Amino acid sequence: MSLDSYLLIGAILFVAGVVCMATKRNGIGVLMGVELVLNGANVNFVAFSKFTPLGLDGQIVSLFVIVLAAAEAAVALAIALNFYNNHLTIDVDRANELKH
Amino acid sequence: MPHEQTGQTLSTLLAIAWLLPLFGFAIEIFAGFWQRDRFSKAGARLAVACIAVAFLCSGWALLTYINDTGWNERYQRQSEHHAALMDSLHGHHAGEDAHHPADDGHDAHQHEHKHGEKAQFALSDPPLAALAPGQDAAEEGRSKPATFSGTYYRLAKFGDLEIEIGYYIDTLTLVMFTMVTFIAMCIHIFAMGYMADELTDEYVDHHAHLADGKHLHRPGRYYQFFAYLSLFCFSMLGLVIAGNIFQVFVFWELVGICSYFLIGFYFERKSASNAANKAFIMNRVGDFGFLIGLMVLWTSFGTFKFAETDAAHPEKPAGLFQMARGADGLMHIGEDADGTSALVLHERDGSQKLDAEGNPVSVPYWLIIVAGLGIFAGCIGKSAQFPLQTWLPDAMEGPTPVSALVHSATMVAAGVYLAGRFYPMFTPEVLLVIAYVGGITLFVAATIAMVATDLKKVLAYSTISQLGYMMLGLGVFGWAAGLFHLVTHAFFKSLMFLCSGSVIAGCHHEQEMTKMGGLLKKMPITGLTMLVGVIAIAGLSIPGTQIAFSGFFSKDAIVATSLTFFKENPSHFLLFVLPLITAGLTAFYMFRLWFYTFLGKPRDQHVYDHCHESPWVMTGPLIVLSLLAAFCAVGGEGGKLFLMLDESRPAGVHETLAYTGVVNVTLPGHTAVASNHHQAGNLATIAAFLGTLIAFAIYGIGLIKPEEIKKSLAGIHGYLTHKWYFDEIYDVMFVRPAHAIAHFCTAIDRVVFDGVLHWLCRAAVAVARWDRIFDERVVDGLVNLTGSVTYSVGRSFRKLQTGNLRQYVMFIALSVLLLSVILFVWFPH
Repeated sequence: MSLDSYLLIGAILFVAGVVCMATKRNGIGVLMGVELVLNGANVNFVAFSKFTPLGLDGQIVSLFVIVLAAAEAAVALAIALNFYNNHLTIDVDRANELKH
Repeated sequence: MPHEQTGQTLSTLLAIAWLLPLFGFAIEIFAGFWQRDRFSKAGARLAVACIAVAFLCSGWALLTYINDTGWNERYQRQSEHHAALMDSLHGHHAGEDAHHPADDGHDAHQHEHKHGEKAQFALSDPPLAALAPGQDAAEEGRSKPATFSGTYYRLAKFGDLEIEIGYYIDTLTLVMFTMVTFIAMCIHIFAMGYMADELTDEYVDHHAHLADGKHLHRPGRYYQFFAYLSLFCFSMLGLVIAGNIFQVFVFWELVGICSYFLIGFYFERKSASNAANKAFIMNRVGDFGFLIGLMVLWTSFGTFKFAETDAAHPEKPAGLFQMARGADGLMHIGEDADGTSALVLHERDGSQKLDAEGNPVSVPYWLIIVAGLGIFAGCIGKSAQFPLQTWLPDAMEGPTPVSALVHSATMVAAGVYLAGRFYPMFTPEVLLVIAYVGGITLFVAATIAMVATDLKKVLAYSTISQLGYMMLGLGVFGWAAGLFHLVTHAFFKSLMFLCSGSVIAGCHHEQEMTKMGGLLKKMPITGLTMLVGVIAIAGLSIPGTQIAFSGFFSKDAIVATSLTFFKENPSHFLLFVLPLITAGLTAFYMFRLWFYTFLGKPRDQHVYDHCHESPWVMTGPLIVLSLLAAFCAVGGEGGKLFLMLDESRPAGVHETLAYTGVVNVTLPGHTAVASNHHQAGNLATIAAFLGTLIAFAIYGIGLIKPEEIKKSLAGIHGYLTHKWYFDEIYDVMFVRPAHAIAHFCTAIDRVVFDGVLHWLCRAAVAVARWDRIFDERVVDGLVNLTGSVTYSVGRSFRKLQTGNLRQYVMFIALSVLLLSVILFVWFPH
């Protein structure tokens, strides 16, 4: 398998994540889009690491990203839960109170 | 007792006498009599006590001097010498012309008179050194006058110049101290009675008019009056004791300011405050000359000290008198490097003063003249001599005790005293000026006194006239004669002023003689004591004898000196004619005053009815003073007072001296004066009796009506009542021009300076207005613009920030896409 196919999968994951983030009104859905984008990026890191003389740098960065993603998910889910507690919904379009 | 110890005793006693009035002044002013009790006489009693103790100290000092220096022996010798001299002279030509040789029994005298021509004197020196010494038997027998000088306190030292509070004590100082403190004591006591109406919380001043036409009501100022008197006594004594000319100047100004306070004692009266200002300003004119004299002395001699007598420190530099006069007591005139005549300076031991290179030090002669004239200008101001005499009559605005103490007996005498004290520094040119100033003054003042009708003004003009006599006496080389008259005059003039004060107080502050008359019945003590003073000043004697009151002897001495001066220098005849005529005028105006006031019918019944004799506190001093006025000069020029003064006579005054310099004069000596004494005395007595008789004829028995004389001599009378138009002349010469200049300056101020200032102000306002517009439009506009732009930018960004999460993601995605496209388009591989 060549590098391009890895990059293609990464790109598909990335675009899918972005589209998910841009179209979902559900807060959890948006979070899932974010995960997709991050994982798309991870694929690219690992792929570049495999096909270039960078050693294990890419893998380490992607592990780092996974840890970050986990932490981010925990925070974001806590926000989502609180939002729900206050508004009885997790529709991100309804989160517009700071605008006023 | 050793010399130093005597000096110590004298300086301590006189310092106590000098400082006690200052102590009294401090307590009187600061102890708060004005708050506690205006009825308290404590301040006055303190002042009297201070001056009385001061008198005792002065008298003690005088006695110490007499005992310690063995003066009595010298007095005996001098007195006998005088008697012998008079006998020998008058034994030969009693009553006839005194142009006879004065040589019999006096062969030691080198100078001889020749008939009808200017006396020639043995002159061995070249003309420039013409102040040649003569020999005199009395002069040989006379030891050097005992003088004590020293320093109480050194104020400052600038290079070689020392400014000190010092003392210079000789018999002149001692006599002045005793005289001043005694008269001041009498006047203090008199003033306790005279000023008694000030002992009130509500003094009504009938001469001060307020704007609403009412009289001024003010708290009494009894304590204040005595405080001023005490301060004055302190200043006067400081002036007399002063050991250097600078100290004299300091106390000179202090007596000036005391005089100012006391003339302006009723300062609510316009006339009094004007008179005070006038006195002060006129004195400033004279003091300007004094300052010039001081500067000349400083630059030429480098010291202000009169003399240095400290035997323990021979290295101390010589004083002024020692520098100016050599061991023989004469000025030595030589030539300096430029060939101009110059005064050769001396060291303390009489040797020539040499500079570092061994050349003799000298001072240009004209500078000595300038210094002498400058110092004398101060004397002119203080002693109210022509042409600065106009302040003294106006000074009569002060309370009468002040007139007696300050403006007749002591302060005005300070000028004469200084002229006498500074005598060793005066060149014959200066002496001639002094003589002429005195001569003019005594005549002018006497003529004005003849027509004045205000009791005190007559006495004021008489004071000026008598001061003129003293100056004349000094100027014609009669050192002791001038100062003799100073002392006798102080007694009889303070007596007469106090008498006039008694009259004024008795007549409820009426001073016009035209409203008096016949007061002798009402005020016998005042009237009779006044008569003593009048006889004394008129110089009357029992014809053919030497029995007379004090004024006769002193005036005689002056007239005799001036007669001799005239005989030696016929061109200066005025210096004899004026005093002789004035002797008659003096008798006339004084008896006119006495007859006017005390004899005849009452001219104003109201004044007469309310008039009463003064209490004892006032008449007591009158009696004491009248005794002194009568008998203080007993013995005349052989008497104690004269010889006491004569002891301090500067060396070289005794002999006849021919002098050729800027002026050519022959200064008369002792023997020459003595030979003319009889003649002068007769002439003066005849003049005085003539004056008395005329006064008696006109005012005593009414033989001639004064109104008729007035009518027939209306021109002269008007001229005299206007005081020779001096005030008018000064008004035109100085006051009006000063006003004109002042108006001119005001106009310049208003038009030019104010105009420029106003223009500048207007320009500043205009600039400020423009500045404001610039500020408001440009600066504020820019700031506001920045603000509004920022605001509107923020506003426009607000629309972008929707808070819509999905929209943000869209933006991010599209932006990334856009960035990628840009990257790939602009930076292709």
